[in-house]
Amino acid sequence: MMRTYLPILAIVGLIAAIPFAVTSNTALNFVVFVLIIALGAQGWNLLGGVGGQFSFGHAAFFGTGAYVSAILQVRYGLNAWIAMAAGILLGAAVAWGIGFLSFRAGLRGSYFALVTLAFAEVLRILANAVPITGGAAGLLLKLDIGVLNLQFASRAAFLWLALGCVAAGLVLCRWIMDSRFGAQLVAVRENEDAARALGVDVLAVKLKAITVSGALTAAAGCLYLQYFLYLDANIAYGVWISIEVLLAAMVGGRGLVLGPLVGAFTLHGLGDLTKQFAGGIPGIDLAAYGTVLILVVAFAPGGVLGLLTRLWTRRAAAQPAGGRA
Amino acid sequence: MYSLPIVLEATLNGLLTGAIYALVALGLTLVYGVLHIINFAHGAFLTAAMFAVWMAVTFLGVDPYVAIPFLTIVFFAIGYGAQRFVIGPASHGDDGNILLVTLGLSIVIENILLAVFRADTRTITTDYAFEVVEIGPLLISQARLYGFLAAVVVSGLLWGLLTRTDTGKAIRAVAKEKLGASLVGIDVRHIYAVTFGLGCATLAVAACLLMPIFYVNPRVGQAFVLVAFTIVVLGGMGSIPGALAGGLFIGVVESLTGLFFGDSLGQIGIFIIFILVLLLRPSGLFGARA
Repeated sequence: MMRTYLPILAIVGLIAAIPFAVTSNTALNFVVFVLIIALGAQGWNLLGGVGGQFSFGHAAFFGTGAYVSAILQVRYGLNAWIAMAAGILLGAAVAWGIGFLSFRAGLRGSYFALVTLAFAEVLRILANAVPITGGAAGLLLKLDIGVLNLQFASRAAFLWLALGCVAAGLVLCRWIMDSRFGAQLVAVRENEDAARALGVDVLAVKLKAITVSGALTAAAGCLYLQYFLYLDANIAYGVWISIEVLLAAMVGGRGLVLGPLVGAFTLHGLGDLTKQFAGGIPGIDLAAYGTVLILVVAFAPGGVLGLLTRLWTRRAAAQPAGGRA
Repeated sequence: MYSLPIVLEATLNGLLTGAIYALVALGLTLVYGVLHIINFAHGAFLTAAMFAVWMAVTFLGVDPYVAIPFLTIVFFAIGYGAQRFVIGPASHGDDGNILLVTLGLSIVIENILLAVFRADTRTITTDYAFEVVEIGPLLISQARLYGFLAAVVVSGLLWGLLTRTDTGKAIRAVAKEKLGASLVGIDVRHIYAVTFGLGCATLAVAACLLMPIFYVNPRVGQAFVLVAFTIVVLGGMGSIPGALAGGLFIGVVESLTGLFFGDSLGQIGIFIIFILVLLLRPSGLFGARA
């Protein structure tokens, strides 16, 4: 039983040790940002990777989490922890709402991708126009260091906070995938009609998946806010975040618990490398992301993790049987 | 509150813009009708075509309307190649994969354009950009009128191609029954690529018509493609007359919501229609197939 959680423990322990080995602010910023993306991508992975429902609009959840948390803190002076909890809750609620409307209408495949994209865009335009979100000027969170305000003087402390959230997400996903609900979700991905014929309540399973998915991605939005202390509609509800979380999950290995985390590190590591080689040319790192996505779909449907597992088993098989007694 | 001529003019302007929207949607709906996938790279191809027009005008001094035949051929070839050598092989025939590969392609194209042309917004200048035609009390931009006429002509040509030629017959056969088509000797991969090429060719025409009245930057395609998705869904996925009617309708809706609610909320009307149609009637208002 404990063994299934060992890989999670190992990788989380490894990342937790980073601040002891590296002190450069750039490096720590990099890790924190990657962790935030990884958390959002875990949300996408549960719905898209495990459940097979490709959303192109996870920005709707990311943005709702971030905005709710920001509005409660800036406009109503609420405590940051409570605001974050409310952000996650509302993110989950929005996800349930979008899921209820689109799954009940029977949308899947391209249609589902399109409708999620449209919902995110509607929210983006609204957030850009209504006064409570600060409109196009955005919302600035007051710099006020303190654990109660979820703001830390050291980047290492925030890294551990983000890592704690990622770890909780990983454990949750692992637990879900080993549960009955997880099995039903995979069944829905593999063949919806067959799953229904076997007595799986397809609508309920999808709704549960999108709600948890929304909560995870909303949590990432809240963390983003606490770290950067600024939001506007194009950040919170922008297409970029929908694509970031999709890419990380796909590249790491769709449907695998550790996929989003591995994917986020791979992508952003690669993006930074490309940027260093290509100098200041804008967009070159994103062009690399797109290329990687196509290559992954074409040659490594299991993503980086799938590829590694394949190499590993091949090496293990190549070793003589007596050598591993 | 609003006088009749203003509303009429907004409606007419909406119709004219809508025709160009329809042209963008035409390529999308054609590809959907045959390949049964949504081409997320459609907007990126449009941006690329618009930059091609910009370069032709700026560096070669060619009139955008004169560039139409040449760019149509070039973009047909680009589309054919993209489907035949990238999208087809990379997706292994799985619908979800095609969605992801075209998304990847759009990210690559957009960001290469960004790397080459930077984020600056560019325009071209033509002698006729500000010329107008008077119809009674209404003033109609000449360039928009050309765009409208060309959109109608191109749709007619496409319709003719699909209904009157052997290639068109093959395309319709593949759209209806892929396996059957390949059994009677149609090269399905070739037809897929031809269809994709045609989709890109209509974008080249749309780009030539758009440039005299619009600007180009590496992100411009995104705005159009979301509108185009709406039109395609509204008109019924895969239906050419539906795309035309849907385009005109959306053009008017955008123009009127912009007039009544201001520009920042102008686009929201489109998305709400889009969501409602998807939720309530995914086969489209004009689509016959359920």
